[in-house]
Amino acid sequence: MLDGVARVLRMLGGNVVDRIWRLGYASRFLFSVFMLSGTAFGRFQLTIREIYFSGVLSLVIIAVSGLFVGMVLGLQGYDTLQRYGSSEALGVLVSLSLVRELGPVVAGLLFASRAGSAMTAEIGLMKTTEQLSAMEMMAVNPVARVVAPRFWAGVISMPLLAALFSALGVFGGYLVGVVLIGVDNGAFWSQMQAAVDFREDVLNGVIKSVVFGVAVSWIAVFEGFDAVPTAEGVSGATTRTVVTSSLAILALDFVLTAFMFRGV
Amino acid sequence: MNRAVIDLWVGIFVAIGLGALVFLAFKVGNLGSVSSSDSYELSAKFDNIGGLKIRAPVKCAGVVIGRVSDIKLDPEDNRLAVVTMKVDSRYKFPRDTFATINTSGLLGEQYLGFDVGGEPDLLKAGDTIKKTQSAVVLEKLISQFMFSKASEAPTPAPAK
Repeated sequence: MLDGVARVLRMLGGNVVDRIWRLGYASRFLFSVFMLSGTAFGRFQLTIREIYFSGVLSLVIIAVSGLFVGMVLGLQGYDTLQRYGSSEALGVLVSLSLVRELGPVVAGLLFASRAGSAMTAEIGLMKTTEQLSAMEMMAVNPVARVVAPRFWAGVISMPLLAALFSALGVFGGYLVGVVLIGVDNGAFWSQMQAAVDFREDVLNGVIKSVVFGVAVSWIAVFEGFDAVPTAEGVSGATTRTVVTSSLAILALDFVLTAFMFRGV
Repeated sequence: MNRAVIDLWVGIFVAIGLGALVFLAFKVGNLGSVSSSDSYELSAKFDNIGGLKIRAPVKCAGVVIGRVSDIKLDPEDNRLAVVTMKVDSRYKFPRDTFATINTSGLLGEQYLGFDVGGEPDLLKAGDTIKKTQSAVVLEKLISQFMFSKASEAPTPAPAK
């Protein structure tokens, strides 16, 4: 009996200590990425190449999802708003929910599963096939040459993708609200412009997406770099990237929202 | 894939992303309308501001001419609320302009309305609008109506 309790406690403690140990290691890793970022900006071609893989190749999924999320918001918002006779406020509803929350969060989740997982798998496989060790043998620091460009590419791509997501979402809301259902065009845009403030709403959304970009890229490159160098290890690391970064995005979103929008 | 093609695509990507940001700033947000650079500040004192909020529009003849920038209690006279607003400097108003707190629609948001007076002197930056009318508080109206009804002579019961 007492033995069982002790075993459970030991397991629990071991898990917690393990998590905290990994968090510390990840923080040290992030610090070294920052310190070794000289190459990523000095030879910017490396970073541009990674922006192509994480940003440009995510364009289609972000654009299509943004459009559809906006269109669904348009339909659902109209259905509820017209009960109160204020269907002209549809533009406000669609744009505020996209710019403040859905844009950064959904784009971040898509980015984590589309680009973050690819980053982890690539770095993990490089480790497995000992390319990283080979670089070290040639006196090339793999953190500077492989990890930092990918990290910065993710940080740069994420806000642009989130902005695109929000913009296309607003356009999708416009398509459904104005073109399909027939909400007044002028009222749709003018109420939207009256309610959405550049600094309070748009800029705060951009700040959120930058934070999510840092979080997702950090988790992705760390899990890749830390992966157990086997096929199984890489697959586990890729799964962990998607799960951890999704949870991190949602938790950070709550914290940031609590700071930013408290209702004047 | 060769380097030039990657550069081209990344260029297109960054351009699209920045374009989306500009769209959000000017078409969705209010950066295109009243900016803080070419505006002047006015203030007005009210007995009761009702549900007026910071960033509520200031309208004249239905046109948005500025925004409320600050609301606080008068430090000298604690019974009054001081509303500070930023008004687009293209528009000038006479000194006897009337500031009222209105509601757009039955359940709409509250805004500050200007009724333009006829005096030749114009309001300058930092001036206080003297003539104001407070927000209409629905509960007060209803209670006034009820009390006045109650104080009337009781009406005889309707005949059967």
